[in-house]
Amino acid sequence: MKENNTPMLQVQHLTKHFPAGSHKLVHAVDDVSFSIERGKTLGLVGESGCGKSSCARTVIRIYEPTSGKIFLDGADISALTQKQLLPFRRKMQMIFQDPYASLNARMTVHDIVAEPLRAHNICATRQEEHEMVREMLERVGLNQEHANRYAHEFSGGQRQRVGIARALILRPELVICDEPISALDVSIQAQVVNMLRHFQEELNLTYLFIAHDLSMVRYVSDDVGVMYLGQLVEKCAADEIYAHPLHPYTVGLLSSIPVPNPRLAKEKDGSGLEGDLPSPIDPPSGCRFHTRCPFATERCREEAPAWQEAAPGHFVACHRING
Amino acid sequence: MEPVLQVKDLKTSFLTSSGEVQAVRGVSFSVNKGESVGIVGESGSGKSVTSLSVMQLLTGTGKIVGGSVKLNGRELVGIGTKEMRSIRGKEVAMIFQDPMTSLNPLLPVGEQVSEMLWAHEKDLSRADREARVAELFRMVRIPEAEKRLKSYPHEFSGGMRQRVMIAMALACKPDLLIADEPTTALDVSIQDQILKLMRSIQREIGMSIMFITHDLGVVAELCNRVIVMYGGLIMEQADILDLFEHPCHPYTMGLLASIPDINQDKQKRLQPIMGSPPDMIHPPKGCPFSPRCPYACRVCLEELPPIYTAGEGHVSRCWLLDADAPAADNPLSYAKGGKRG
Repeated sequence: MKENNTPMLQVQHLTKHFPAGSHKLVHAVDDVSFSIERGKTLGLVGESGCGKSSCARTVIRIYEPTSGKIFLDGADISALTQKQLLPFRRKMQMIFQDPYASLNARMTVHDIVAEPLRAHNICATRQEEHEMVREMLERVGLNQEHANRYAHEFSGGQRQRVGIARALILRPELVICDEPISALDVSIQAQVVNMLRHFQEELNLTYLFIAHDLSMVRYVSDDVGVMYLGQLVEKCAADEIYAHPLHPYTVGLLSSIPVPNPRLAKEKDGSGLEGDLPSPIDPPSGCRFHTRCPFATERCREEAPAWQEAAPGHFVACHRING
Repeated sequence: MEPVLQVKDLKTSFLTSSGEVQAVRGVSFSVNKGESVGIVGESGSGKSVTSLSVMQLLTGTGKIVGGSVKLNGRELVGIGTKEMRSIRGKEVAMIFQDPMTSLNPLLPVGEQVSEMLWAHEKDLSRADREARVAELFRMVRIPEAEKRLKSYPHEFSGGMRQRVMIAMALACKPDLLIADEPTTALDVSIQDQILKLMRSIQREIGMSIMFITHDLGVVAELCNRVIVMYGGLIMEQADILDLFEHPCHPYTMGLLASIPDINQDKQKRLQPIMGSPPDMIHPPKGCPFSPRCPYACRVCLEELPPIYTAGEGHVSRCWLLDADAPAADNPLSYAKGGKRG
């Protein structure tokens, strides 16, 4: 394997707008830039509707980017046709949120996991395909007997294992995990997270991990990016964001996490976030967070804050921080 | 003092084509006045079916096959539909997980809340009802309450819809509010707002709450007492501090260990509970948790453990608490030898 220092994924000024009728646009992703080094994990968090899933789907070219560039292992994939993309698709795979909706109910587990192999014409013989699927299923903790069953016969955690097997059978380098654990029970979440971490170490995978569960994100990510209304508002090392959050939105989001400790929980009050996410069709002027920010000033209403490095490796977009 | 809700040996089953699914297999607990009790468990543990049984809202193949549910001393099992309808909403109300589907999309929200008053307080005039609904909207902190009465559900966000549901549930000042995962479908920021709202409303009007959730963090924020369910049975029941600080059941310990701690060392792996929940058509003969339990002995697989008292108001269904349980490698030896309940 060649040694290289190009980031596995590099996203520059990525923008995705959806038409919303009567010449209006949903600003789902607005000028988002980040990069992920090989073998690392970037966690992307925010409330629902903040554009984190749209961002992931645009990166993997399920959605066409409105503007901006996407580099996969140094190669610009943002303008390729779907046909030209095919060889790159082997390198990037996705794990979806809902293990109930993302597996075809009419296919056996074997067929679901073998489908990527067939799409890319990888196996010359049935025998070879069989062998690869068997091995992959074993690695996610399912056995041969499971291969001939249908998705509805499995629990949520087992289904997510099938989803992981499907994503990893092509030996991708970048895996986009779109809330892979949100639909699972707590005891099962830990199983899946540990499995994802195990595969990362073993196969040197790069993850873009989308979640709204901030406590789990810290546990899986090297870096964390916080999104609000289509924009990145803060990004830094995972531990740093919990220890020294700078953006008022991040602070609010962190204090909203229920604390699994009754002694601490009773003390906290008054913090947290007020109000709801404004509409991404007509995002607020200036800093998009100003409508909910306890520190908003005239300047925040008028002028969008710049993306600046407040401390080494710690980026934030807020007028209160003078870098 | 008599508890608001008293459930004794409740058994609920669903008769399906592939057999009888024993969703709740003998559950006893009570909720006292002004208390908020959390029921925790993973999907399929029977926590939602327990709440639906209390509300007499089981549909289709679901049926209470045994036990008793007493609300304010009155037996609800076997009560007539009409009589139950006069209790539901007035003495016990419920809010559901998904505020998107629990509201009628064709009616203004004010009217939907007003319906509750119309059903239970016939002598109120239309204007009185409207005033009461506006007051309720203010209580659940819906901004510009009077203006929002005429809005339709689609004009509200998820959090606001859940506030409407809470307003509806509180309209007739019920003695007991059953909340079935009311914040699971919401963002953490909105969940936090709703939990704060429920806490302050409970302080204001002092009703009892039965809060069903899978999230121990949420329980820690809101409840005084916790019931942990698994496989249709109560595994452990304790005061909130007791449960978090001295858990007396391997399942509870497993649940607590699988929550990531903000201060936990990242290099450490989370400790998941291995395996998956039991099949309730053929529930295990012994302890339902035994196939996943790291401490399971032979007796656990063969015989259902009785309920042991582990402390004041603290009970646990685990063989490890038996006086004859082995002392070596016993995580519960500190609470061992409690009497059988």
